[in-house]
Amino acid sequence: MDWWRRFRQSFLLYSFLRDSVAIACSLILIVLVLVSFLAPLIAPHNPYDSSSIDILNAEMPPMWMDGGSPEFILGTDSQGRDMLSTLLYGMRVSIIIGCLAVLMQAFIGVVIGLISGYLGGRIDSFLMRMADVQLSFSTMMVAIFLGAIFQEAFGVGLYEQFAVPMLVIIIGLAEWPQYARTVRASVLAEKKKEYVEAARVIGLRAQRIMGRHILPNTVSPVLVISTVQVANAIMSEAALSFLGLGMPVTRPSLGSLINSGFEYIFSGSWWITLFPGIFLVLLILVINLLGDWLRDVLNPKLYKG
Amino acid sequence: MNPTPPLLEVKNITKHFDISGGFLEKLSLENMRPVLKKTVVHALNDVSFSIIAGETFSIVGESGCGKSTLGRAVLGLYPPSSGQIYYYGTRIDVLNAREMLPYRRKMQMVFQDPYASLNPRMKVEQTLMEPVLFHNPAITMLEARDLVSEIMEQVGVDPLWASRYPHEFSGGQRQRISIARALMVEPEFIVADEPISALDVSIQAQILNLFMEAQETRGLTYLFITHDMSVVKHISTRVAVMYLGTICELARTEALFTRPRHPYTQALLSAIPVLGTKKARHIKLKGEVPTPIDLPKGCVFHKRCPHVFARCREEVPLLAEYDSGRLLACHGVEEGRI
Repeated sequence: MDWWRRFRQSFLLYSFLRDSVAIACSLILIVLVLVSFLAPLIAPHNPYDSSSIDILNAEMPPMWMDGGSPEFILGTDSQGRDMLSTLLYGMRVSIIIGCLAVLMQAFIGVVIGLISGYLGGRIDSFLMRMADVQLSFSTMMVAIFLGAIFQEAFGVGLYEQFAVPMLVIIIGLAEWPQYARTVRASVLAEKKKEYVEAARVIGLRAQRIMGRHILPNTVSPVLVISTVQVANAIMSEAALSFLGLGMPVTRPSLGSLINSGFEYIFSGSWWITLFPGIFLVLLILVINLLGDWLRDVLNPKLYKG
Repeated sequence: MNPTPPLLEVKNITKHFDISGGFLEKLSLENMRPVLKKTVVHALNDVSFSIIAGETFSIVGESGCGKSTLGRAVLGLYPPSSGQIYYYGTRIDVLNAREMLPYRRKMQMVFQDPYASLNPRMKVEQTLMEPVLFHNPAITMLEARDLVSEIMEQVGVDPLWASRYPHEFSGGQRQRISIARALMVEPEFIVADEPISALDVSIQAQILNLFMEAQETRGLTYLFITHDMSVVKHISTRVAVMYLGTICELARTEALFTRPRHPYTQALLSAIPVLGTKKARHIKLKGEVPTPIDLPKGCVFHKRCPHVFARCREEVPLLAEYDSGRLLACHGVEEGRI
């Protein structure tokens, strides 16, 4: 167990164990991820099963309030779905979309960043201007634009069916320049080092030098932005769903839950919006704090005053 | 002419680097007219020499004179702007990557900075195995591993450390690993780009001995780039002295050290400190090395040469042969003034 020994002696683990914020954040994150992925096992109801929903239970307050019932701990939404169960299922959707979208961003961004940084010249200029164009449109605008086209082209019914992969593609396409620029910057620094020249003297092909020699040395900044990007992607997804371009109400994510509760907030049913909101904030906060911690650890030159 | 061509022949090689940047940086106004200006670094100007199999050919010169560029141009890391490079009579500077592969096995390089020349994310074993597996696809992992241990032993690094990462080694050990990587493909010719200048003085001698041992057992030919004259004297068969991208003098080591003839070589050799003697005749050069961006007209050395003449300011001196194969580019020597 060589890697386990190395992990146990690593600076990463050492600094993690000395940082109470990092420990608390990762505990919360682990709990949130676990409960959302075990939702089918631990949730008291199945919000996807329309036969189990009774419209008469709609808009019930949390159990500790007047009119609440112990059957629905956090109350019910406007369709009579148990808030807690819907929330857990919704968080699962949000996390899945966030992670897949980041994988897609990372893939596109890393490939473009590597090519652009290593080959340089015209290709570099072209790819980076493309990234500039992409960055000059805000993420939301691109997402709304693409989402509207998809909805128009395939119809709302089909869109609802393919909502998850569509959102992944939309959010993935909108934010790849973040990765491309970070990777390009590290490639520019790495490719001047002599080990790259040594690889060229051996006669290795460009793909192999990029993949085997340069890429592993650009991993740490990619890791850091990945954590922040997961939080960003979850937020983008929530925002899109809130605007009605994301997950349908039948398979809600945190964003569409907040949206669906928003219509009832003035009639006094604040819990439909508040609880998903709290969980969304909590999820994004812990991911961001962990990302900050990771950045500090991987970049020891950065001093915190 | 020799019936067999020399191992390496470099003919009239020049290398220019365009450092003018993007379109907007090139644009400037001259007499109220927009002009595109190019800024070019003349790293190598018309350099020619040949290396005979089995010798150690040293290139000396101060920093920025183009010696590293020359080494890299020979290996095709920087394609030359003009000129030809021949390896045993075959022109290699025009080959594409695939045609170049058989020559890649024969020519290897050892780098200056042992802290940057090994990939920090690869174990020593992976670093050493990569060239072998790449050039002999038929070799089995077991054979490759044996070869790695064999060569690690030869360069004086314990083969048991093969599964360690470069950061776990000292500078001298890393340089040994670097040499091992170059030896893995069993080359004939190694370009060593200041391989000992980043090392401790006590380690320098060890690494130098390792180079000489490897040369003896494997019949290697070296192109040894350095700025350390005592190293040059110790290791080389022939020496080329470079100044501002040009070869000023090229001679056998003893000939060069006993009787330097080019004014620059004379000044260079007079600067070698000698233990125990108070050396009075230090030739002091005035001024600084001109930038390689706009080269001086005529001889590149004329602005600092103590024997400068009108002809030196106008006409570029060409390499001409003198006593016992000494090549020299100096009008003064040609006219018998020096």
